[in-house]
Amino acid sequence: MPTEQMAEPRPRPVPVMPRTERPTTHVETRRPGDAPLERAEPIFEVRDVAVTYDDSPAVRNISLDVHRNHITALIGPSGCGKSTLIRCFNRMNDLISGATVEGSILYHGQDLYGPGVDPVEVRKLIGMVFQKPNPFPKSIYDNIAFGPRVIGMNGDMDGIVERALRRAALWEEVKDRLKENAYRLSGGQQQRLCIARCLAVEPDVILMDEPCSALDPIATSRIEDLMLELKTRYSIVIVTHNMQQAARVSDMTAVLMPEVRDGDTTVGHIVEYAETNKIFTNPDNQRTEEYITGRVG
Amino acid sequence: MSAGRLGLPGLGHAPEGGGRYVGGASRRDRAKGLAFQAVLLFSVVIGFVTLIALLVDVANDGLGKLSWDFISSFPSSLPSRAGIQSPLVGTIMLMVLVALFTVPIGVGAALYLEEYADKNRWYNRAIEINIQNLAAVPSIVYGILGLAFLVRGLELGRVLLAGALTLTLLVLPIVIIASREAIRAVPASIREGALALGATRWQMIRRQVLPAAIPGIATGSILALSRAIGETAPLIMIGAIVFVPFNPTSLDSAFTALPIQIFNWTTRPQEDFKLLAAAAIIVLLALLLTMNAFAIWLRNRYQRRW
Repeated sequence: MPTEQMAEPRPRPVPVMPRTERPTTHVETRRPGDAPLERAEPIFEVRDVAVTYDDSPAVRNISLDVHRNHITALIGPSGCGKSTLIRCFNRMNDLISGATVEGSILYHGQDLYGPGVDPVEVRKLIGMVFQKPNPFPKSIYDNIAFGPRVIGMNGDMDGIVERALRRAALWEEVKDRLKENAYRLSGGQQQRLCIARCLAVEPDVILMDEPCSALDPIATSRIEDLMLELKTRYSIVIVTHNMQQAARVSDMTAVLMPEVRDGDTTVGHIVEYAETNKIFTNPDNQRTEEYITGRVG
Repeated sequence: MSAGRLGLPGLGHAPEGGGRYVGGASRRDRAKGLAFQAVLLFSVVIGFVTLIALLVDVANDGLGKLSWDFISSFPSSLPSRAGIQSPLVGTIMLMVLVALFTVPIGVGAALYLEEYADKNRWYNRAIEINIQNLAAVPSIVYGILGLAFLVRGLELGRVLLAGALTLTLLVLPIVIIASREAIRAVPASIREGALALGATRWQMIRRQVLPAAIPGIATGSILALSRAIGETAPLIMIGAIVFVPFNPTSLDSAFTALPIQIFNWTTRPQEDFKLLAAAAIIVLLALLLTMNAFAIWLRNRYQRRW
């Protein structure tokens, strides 16, 4: 667990409270008598999804709803299938030969894995930011303009570029050097550039696969601030290794755990999915509690 | 290496009397290291000295004959009037044609193999192994192929096009292999980044992978061309004519090339022709080294550290 994140004072720290006496057999997230939650409409309804790579299962029994204008965090120890799961939402697993996805993921009611669904169209609506900043070896301007150009967006490209950079809180830093190669930016700036690049095609959802794992705490905090701003316009799903990060930014948290099968193969599944506050203060599942208090994982 | 061997007491598992053992071993190791270094240096020197000797010898013979007249005159049976205009023009036209043929086909094949081919299919693996083997086939074999298939089979005759196509076949595998390496060097994260923005596979290749791979492809292609430029055997095999006192004007012109002219002059009994051959070798070498230097400059200029 990266400790530098803990040292950093943040406006929304959620205490990770060790629990002493509570029944741990509950798997249900909601208890009878709890007030119904006001939740925005679901944009993703994941139903019984399982992913296998070359016949070895990676995740299974995944069901959850992702809500509009929420930040949904996927957390869990290494090898629990978080990245595998997030790559199902924009069909990036299609690119891995030997990967198969079973079950269904409804996006606004339409199955992303249904017949006739073009993964290219899916990715126009559901953007992705990767673990390591991956700007194209081109100018800052061309990095942003690439997406709008390939999807055939018309209109004022300079305006599109500026808007995307502003939304990613990068405009002020780069407005005088748009023609410079993106590789000359710092790591944190590169990652915000990748976010801006993703915003430029005006997606509906942004998937972030450990977006801060290669960044220092200051760059991380800027990305987190940005995420909180972005969620007013977009829905965000984030995979993170860093529980403090999930606690700081997310509204809903799903905890994935690897389950060991036949010796050394592990299959990930969701042990608990609830509001972030609940996950970090009052989890129902014992493995969740052990994980967030640092006793496992 | 254990700590004992570094002479640090108590850290390693040195045997009784470890001190003596440690000292002896490291002296022996040092001697071995020095001997090995000497052998390596000797290998370098052999290659270097040979090259220098060759260059000096050629320069000695040829520099006296090198002049603008030599380059601008046509071959002649009189050594005093003979020059290399038609072979030089022939060589340059061959190069241009070979580049026009090999680069699109080579890059296309490389893109297919790297970006589209499913490596689990046996036919893709068979193609791959074949290309690697073709790169190692002796050039004379391509000459025989050119003679049988292009000159006689397709009845092209002993013309520029037949020569260019034969050399194309010869260097195509090298261009494919070099292009594949350049394409493979573009990291997967660039491809994923492009696809995640809603680019199609072709848009991703056309706008990201190919531009990033072009310096590597260009370097490999130029080096392949500079191999073709010096090839004599396949051209002699398809029967390029050795005495052509005019420049090729079209694809079905008779042609000659520098290596053939050099070969022809060295077989003449007159001493003067041998000096002419040396002068022509200098021109060919200059052409070759210029191309290689350009390839190296290109590689250094656009080299990327991902």
